[in-house]
Amino acid sequence: MAEFILRRILQALLVLFVMTVLVFFGIHVIGNPVDLFASSECTKACLDEIMVNLGLDRPVWQQYLIFLGNLAEGDLGRSFTHGVPAMSLIWERFPATLELAVAALVIALVIGLPLGFYAGLRPDSWISKAIMGLSMIGFSVPIFWIGLIMILTFSVKLGWLPAIGRGDLVTVFGVRVSFLTVDGLRHLAMPAFTLSLLMMSMVIRLTRAGLREVMTSDYIRFARANGVPEYRVLGWHAMKNLLIPIVTVLGMEFGGVIAFAVVTESIFSWPGVGKMLIDAISVLDRPLIVAYLIFVVTMFVLLNLVIDILYSLLDPRVRLGAGAV
Amino acid sequence: MIIAERPSRLRAFTKAFFRSPTATIALCVFVAMSLAAIFAPLIAPQNPYDLRSVSILDNLLPPGEASFGGMTYWLGTDGQGRDMLSAMLYGLRISLIVGLASGVIALAFGTLVGLVAAFRGGWVDSVLMRIVDLQLSLPTILVALILLVILGRGIDKIIVALVVVQWAYFARTVRGVALVENARDYVDAARGLRLPPLRILFFHILPNCLPTLLVVATIQMAQAISLEATLSFLGLGLPPTRPSLGLLIANGFDYLQSGRWWISVLPGLVLLVLVVSINVVGDRLREVLNPHLRG
Amino acid sequence: MAPVLSVRGLTTVFGTGETALRALDGVDLTVHQGEIVALVGESGSGKSLTGFSINGLLPGNAKVTGGSIRLGDTDLRALTPRQMRGIRGKQVGMIFQDPMMTLNPVLRVETQMRDALRAHSPLPRGEVRARLVQALAEVGIAAPEQRLRAWPHELSGGMRQRVAIATALLHSPQLVIADEPTTALDVTIQGQILALAQRLCRDRGTALVWITHDLAVVAGIADRVSVMYAGRVVEEGPVDAVLDTPAHPYTRGLIDSVAASQPKGARLPMIPGRMPLLSDLPQGCAFAPRCARRSALCISERPEPRATGAGQTVRCHHPLTEPAGAAA
Repeated sequence: MAEFILRRILQALLVLFVMTVLVFFGIHVIGNPVDLFASSECTKACLDEIMVNLGLDRPVWQQYLIFLGNLAEGDLGRSFTHGVPAMSLIWERFPATLELAVAALVIALVIGLPLGFYAGLRPDSWISKAIMGLSMIGFSVPIFWIGLIMILTFSVKLGWLPAIGRGDLVTVFGVRVSFLTVDGLRHLAMPAFTLSLLMMSMVIRLTRAGLREVMTSDYIRFARANGVPEYRVLGWHAMKNLLIPIVTVLGMEFGGVIAFAVVTESIFSWPGVGKMLIDAISVLDRPLIVAYLIFVVTMFVLLNLVIDILYSLLDPRVRLGAGAV
Repeated sequence: MIIAERPSRLRAFTKAFFRSPTATIALCVFVAMSLAAIFAPLIAPQNPYDLRSVSILDNLLPPGEASFGGMTYWLGTDGQGRDMLSAMLYGLRISLIVGLASGVIALAFGTLVGLVAAFRGGWVDSVLMRIVDLQLSLPTILVALILLVILGRGIDKIIVALVVVQWAYFARTVRGVALVENARDYVDAARGLRLPPLRILFFHILPNCLPTLLVVATIQMAQAISLEATLSFLGLGLPPTRPSLGLLIANGFDYLQSGRWWISVLPGLVLLVLVVSINVVGDRLREVLNPHLRG
Repeated sequence: MAPVLSVRGLTTVFGTGETALRALDGVDLTVHQGEIVALVGESGSGKSLTGFSINGLLPGNAKVTGGSIRLGDTDLRALTPRQMRGIRGKQVGMIFQDPMMTLNPVLRVETQMRDALRAHSPLPRGEVRARLVQALAEVGIAAPEQRLRAWPHELSGGMRQRVAIATALLHSPQLVIADEPTTALDVTIQGQILALAQRLCRDRGTALVWITHDLAVVAGIADRVSVMYAGRVVEEGPVDAVLDTPAHPYTRGLIDSVAASQPKGARLPMIPGRMPLLSDLPQGCAFAPRCARRSALCISERPEPRATGAGQTVRCHHPLTEPAGAAA
């Protein structure tokens, strides 16, 4: 067990190292950030000064080593455009993204589970076919377009929901959240729903497939043969078996949701890290781009690591020795 | 024997495919859209790239409105006065080219990697599969974003980015199938006949990977088109001079708030229909070719 | 006295319309209080399906289309699904074949037993636990308190089957249907479970339907036996009579293929051929294609049940023993 965890941690560190190399050197071939800072009447001397200030006068490999050294101390450099440490910007905006992603997750489960359940119980009814068709569309359609349609419908035509921004915030345990105010909820509704669609489709499909398998099992028959009420058989005996694969898959997809928030956030101008990334890309704010990528990849690798370890602890049937299946 | 068997297997497969009315419709829709894209220059009322034929005076006309020149814009015009129908036909063309090209290249490269991994085995296999695992563990949109930030804009650039995010699926699929086939008797027999390894690889193992590859390729193509649209929407994919469906939608976004819905909604519908029909076809292929194939 | 269970002409089909398959065709089964009736047959003969038809747990594509099922004075076919649930577990208990699959892998033993208990008697929490501990102790489980808290995968197969039996008997049902509950167990455990089920039912006067393919089990446990073949009961009677003087050629074949019935060293005789598919049932006697005694009559006409001298009922045109009342 300890060996397995150790190996997974080493693997995760290796992935992170490779990512820092790729991201750092990759980002370095683009644009010349000095142009961003130099005014048009800037002389050669003033350009050089900017170069030195930004640390761009050294060779790339030296810059990388400095970057790695700083990274080890949790410092990912200063944003060119904001002039503050990149990590502080990320920490400042990450709660908004996290709130959006969690809200999307909740919506995906709250809507997806019942729909998948229904489709699994009555696979031949036309409602089930409609549900499955919708989930196919949810898989296919680019979520940004759904976002646009929602803005058009609920903001422009009906005027029910605000199209952009995050709304009123309240501070809970030092984190500013919007889901506790009415205005915040109104702002959260559309972006969260848009972001949830892909997961929702996945939940529907997993639930339906899982339920159809579980319902033919002996233990469900046994529960019924003992006269256990149907709501209890479905809602607990079957449900608990379904939740294991769903939770596993959602856990693994959660990093993807954070990444996809880039799209949702730029449509709805949600002030999270995704919107920040797109803005940083448009002005070539290198440190901020690198910081975002390192941050998200780290989070992703950690998430996968934690899920792997948790899963192997929970389910003794998982073969620890085997690598990726 | 094998030659005699092929057509009947193909016929059985075709028959099974068309037994589903939904899949048949989806395939027809896809073929129709592909034809429309191929012949866009012939059927489009206007060449949206030709600035001489586009009049800024005609901009933002709602669907059905006629221009000063007497031409009717059945689907309206966009911010630059381009006919939406024509722009969409050309956009569809670009979306399909991007999806198809990236799919084919990713398929070729991924297949090669998968075959090499399966056939060589040992450390080659483990190194290649580690890379595949790494690639698959990262969200596609994130990888594509990084690449496009580095590479910049352009059709070739976005194809490269899409190939990078797709090849690993093909490699993993082919390796899996090839490993199974490799252990089969007919491959042993071919080895017994001392056929050259490459011949065995390409004439015996590869053909058996094709059904699975076809399924993966179809679904990947839908993914690629959808991803390209998303990236273009974020301003990272294609140059504005050659708008794909995604870019058309993005352009219309600015006008959405003022109620000019058609510029965004119409290309979006086309995109939706395109991607859904490809996915339905892919799903059906999966059912027909291999009921137990895992996605 | 009225029988606990009386099944008459039970017909169950898979599917609907043109493609419907008759899996059960006119099955009769009578079980009195405290009686153990064995239902014997090969896999696919419909013996398990008979059990599921009785307690209304058929798979989605199967349906009872004819006959009557009476539990005491109640016509089970006339009940609503809700009423049927009230019967299951309370008046009809069921034990399943594979204890590895019967218990829900993600629920503790206690949760599953408590749900079964509370399904029919809303006891306060404290009493539930005491009742469950007692039930586990009755089936011979040591340290029942700890076992209650266990997950199914922490228990052995025999232990799980004991838990399943304890659960099925929680409400002392009038009737228990046991669907091959020993097949999946080790031979040594089989005997224990068999003896346990027998003792518990005898003590409580519970009627027991024991579904099995194993004639040796039948001899050890049952009072009466019904032999099924291709969805029909081909022979029925007291266990000694059926085993000593089988009237149906199929029963004879089954008995002969059991090792203990043959002299040492002799080759085991086998019934030639195999059971017909449901989609391909012969018009006459379903066993005719495999039967050494068949005649033209067997192929053209279905035999109806008739009584034999030794108290059996047999569906055969040419039984091995003389029918009752026939001229000798």
